[in-house]
Amino acid sequence: MPSLPDMTTPDVVALAERAAASQPHDPHLEDVDLRPAFFDWLCRMGDNTLILGHRISEWCGHGPVLEEDIALANTALDLIGHTQMWLGLAAEVEGEGRTADDLAFLRDAMRFRNLQLLELPNRDMAVTLMREFLFDAWHFEMLTALCGSQSPRVAEIAAKALKEVSYHLERSSDLIVRLGDGSEESHRRMQDALDRLWPYLGEMFVEDAVDKAVAEAGIAPRPADLRGAWEQTVNEVLEEATLASPDTRMDVHQGGKQGRHTEHLGYILAEMQFLQRAYPGASW
Amino acid sequence: MYAQMVKSEGMKSAEEMTPEERAFQNRIDRNEKIEPKEWMPEGYRKTLIRQIGQHAHSEIVGQLPEGNWITRAPTLERKAILLAKVQDEAGHGLYLYSAAETLGVSRDELMEKLHSGAMKYSSIFNYPTLTWADMGAVGWLVDGAAIMNQVPLQRTSYGPYSRAMIRICKEESFHQRQGYAIMMKMAQGTPEQKEMAQDALNRFWYPALMMFGPSDKDSVHSAQSMAWKIKMNTNDELRQKFVDETVPQAEYLGLTVPDETLRWNEERGHYDFAEPDWNEFFEVIKGNGPCNRERLEARRTAWEEGRWFREGLMAYAEKSAARRKAAPHAAE
Repeated sequence: MPSLPDMTTPDVVALAERAAASQPHDPHLEDVDLRPAFFDWLCRMGDNTLILGHRISEWCGHGPVLEEDIALANTALDLIGHTQMWLGLAAEVEGEGRTADDLAFLRDAMRFRNLQLLELPNRDMAVTLMREFLFDAWHFEMLTALCGSQSPRVAEIAAKALKEVSYHLERSSDLIVRLGDGSEESHRRMQDALDRLWPYLGEMFVEDAVDKAVAEAGIAPRPADLRGAWEQTVNEVLEEATLASPDTRMDVHQGGKQGRHTEHLGYILAEMQFLQRAYPGASW
Repeated sequence: MYAQMVKSEGMKSAEEMTPEERAFQNRIDRNEKIEPKEWMPEGYRKTLIRQIGQHAHSEIVGQLPEGNWITRAPTLERKAILLAKVQDEAGHGLYLYSAAETLGVSRDELMEKLHSGAMKYSSIFNYPTLTWADMGAVGWLVDGAAIMNQVPLQRTSYGPYSRAMIRICKEESFHQRQGYAIMMKMAQGTPEQKEMAQDALNRFWYPALMMFGPSDKDSVHSAQSMAWKIKMNTNDELRQKFVDETVPQAEYLGLTVPDETLRWNEERGHYDFAEPDWNEFFEVIKGNGPCNRERLEARRTAWEEGRWFREGLMAYAEKSAARRKAAPHAAE
């Protein structure tokens, strides 16, 4: 007999079902009027982590040093885990029988709700790390606020994700300082990365009708409310890193939250969704 | 595993040994562990560096064929599992380079030797991963073959190597199971998925058998390594054990091992099976496998393009040290 049975044993499945059944009751999930905005907002959270996780995972095996390979894979793994939770809840709120995988692998670019910042190509480690840091600083404030969400399901996911994101922020801040205040070349590359990403940052703080609806329902903070704390973190780290904030506009490029993306997202999805698209209905 | 054709220094008889060498051999015969600062014959140290280094290189080059499918994994769960697995491989590389460092060779020196081609990595990673079923086949067959050698190496004579191997084996056996889980899904899936599963087995079967290295009769370096307990079993013993364990697993999947001569031999209590094409093996070792050039280029590029990153961190560390020296009492 083979000595390697499948890992998905009936008791594992039963445990997962029991865990799902013991979720706290959340009246927001039954609010029909709120549903479209809540669903959209959850997709924003899940698409952010999915697309950034995808970009970071592209480094796997190609990092500048072994410790970075491990750290980058670990970060990508955390973000994919967050995606499973956010898109899983989005699918539940939608109530159309879709799953997190359906949302990740079967939506086209115009239905994706991630920030444009996160779909930009990695280029080098400077852009990769600077992007991660600028997002981590926002992600940390967002999740901290969401821990107090009136939606217990949202608060629960945020609390779990925050543990990991606190570490992401600690690690990326540390590397920004070291590389910014490192060699001449590392300083130049970090400054170039910051300048390149700057015009995409404003999108994190722009409010639309979806943000307004979930904020009024007590689910999430208003985007603009996160800006003060984000700026403080970013300014402190950049100063220590001897890097200068550009004095140009931060809100030049936006629209990702509404499904208007850069040219890059289509290629990410073509790669990411290939198997699900080529073999519809197959189970993996 | 992941160590093939590791060159070992010539074997000495008890009479030819110096008193120190005899005492060393006696310790090994008593199953004592040899620790970093202790006296060891130069040949033992060199052979271990070659073997542990080759194993470490295999772990990091081994990230590439699997990393190839992370961005195309078919579900979020599969993506997470694959990421975790490839991250484990990098971690194994780290343990092993650290074990090699205890023998007096730095990680950077070993990397340089990998990049210059002076040191090898396992031939298996020069084969391409063409479909999602290859993620199953790599876990099931490649990690499966690796485990055959790594499990006995937990008892190897060199302490740091043995301890690294104990940690690695825990993760590798999980990797093999996840590979097999993918194969089960594919083998029970749509006709296309089943075709991919069979194709993956067809392509990986013989390269997996090659992982154990050439036949014992052609393996010139085994005797000394076995006396030192750096190598615990012969290549042919391990290959046979792998075939005996893997064939029923393939049958359970409903897949066919691509070997028409494969038969259960009642008398021997083992399967009879066809040898892989050793000419192909030697060609792959020489650099003529399907992906040798790409794999090595990917590693060299990562190293070269990461130079500014490593130098930037070093520059910061030097500046901080200088600042601390200039203001020893300042709160940092």
